[in-house]
Amino acid sequence: MVQLTLPKNSRITTGKTWPKPEGATNVRKFQIYRWNPDDGQNPRVDTYFLDMDKCGPMVLDALIKIKNEIDPTLTFRRSCREGICGSCAMNIDGINTLACIYGLDEIKGDVKIYPLPHMEVVKDLIPDLTHFYAQHASIMPWLETKTNRPAKEWKQSIEDRKKLDGLYECVMCASCSTSCPSYWWNSDRYLGPAALLHAYRWIIDSRDEATGERLDDLEDPFKLYRCHTIMNCAKTCPKGLNPALAIAEIKKMMVERTV
Amino acid sequence: MADVNQSKRPLSPFMLGQYYRFQLNSVTSILTRITGNALLVTAFLVVWWLIAAATSESAFAVANGFLTSWFGDLVMFLSLWGVWYHTLAGVRHLIWDNAMMLDLKSADMLSWVAVIGSILLTVLTVVIV
Repeated sequence: MVQLTLPKNSRITTGKTWPKPEGATNVRKFQIYRWNPDDGQNPRVDTYFLDMDKCGPMVLDALIKIKNEIDPTLTFRRSCREGICGSCAMNIDGINTLACIYGLDEIKGDVKIYPLPHMEVVKDLIPDLTHFYAQHASIMPWLETKTNRPAKEWKQSIEDRKKLDGLYECVMCASCSTSCPSYWWNSDRYLGPAALLHAYRWIIDSRDEATGERLDDLEDPFKLYRCHTIMNCAKTCPKGLNPALAIAEIKKMMVERTV
Repeated sequence: MADVNQSKRPLSPFMLGQYYRFQLNSVTSILTRITGNALLVTAFLVVWWLIAAATSESAFAVANGFLTSWFGDLVMFLSLWGVWYHTLAGVRHLIWDNAMMLDLKSADMLSWVAVIGSILLTVLTVVIV
């Protein structure tokens, strides 16, 4: 269902403004979404100030500096700090991306950081990704075969392997799915760009022998066809992948197998 | 995991413009919807005009008076743009449905074609008709 406002318990209030660093000349303002599950309050936006002469270049550097030096209660996911684990996906400056590979120099003015859009918040910048992962599992993200297992390995030609480029690189950060208005409003039934990109990755894998079953499973008014090619997914993907194209390829295969 | 507050979890903000940046691709996408729905209203107005013409002289005078007033002219002018925009955006979807021109550069180019093309065609139609 199309929804244009936040429910009552989710409306954002003005939070605490933390003191500016003393003696700093190059100060930048950070506005960060906070929600504590234990205090019974609505979410709020806290304001922090950082001395940019003593801060690393990436958004994640700033978040870690705030947590280390100003407010240890600020909560966010992070791990690899090089864009391969997908943990630190969040809404930064109005788009979804990975905090670790998004440069502070790419942002004009104050830095605004929110959790991934239209998700249940566990705490601060951490969204609940349970449903997102369940949708990924539902597309059977593994090799399905029917013929007998070969003596050594399932072989693939260089040309067929090339078809997986631009698909296998996905790190499941959920930036794309949570940038998609269709996903915001229909995520209970629409699989979303990330899960569909993974679905296509297995559909076109030359070694996979369940292509028909995979397409049958997606032949549904919601699972696949809620994609209206808005293309927010491809615009926002921090890995430069194109879920919109993968979804279009699936839709095309659906038509081609009926004619 | 003992999570007593699961049901009270807030929904993270998402609203376009305020929290999620408007971008060429999303704006041109929603405009396709808006023009499509608005043209349905225009279609009803035209049907009303035709029914009025078939009913009586006085009924036609009312409908025709409304549709040729400055407000009716404005509605029809915007509808004309709506027809061109919706058509071009529809052609864009036909191209995309063939899994073509979906790279970001081409997709943005098609967005501009729909926006600028619809304005040019509207002006051209007004000049010719």
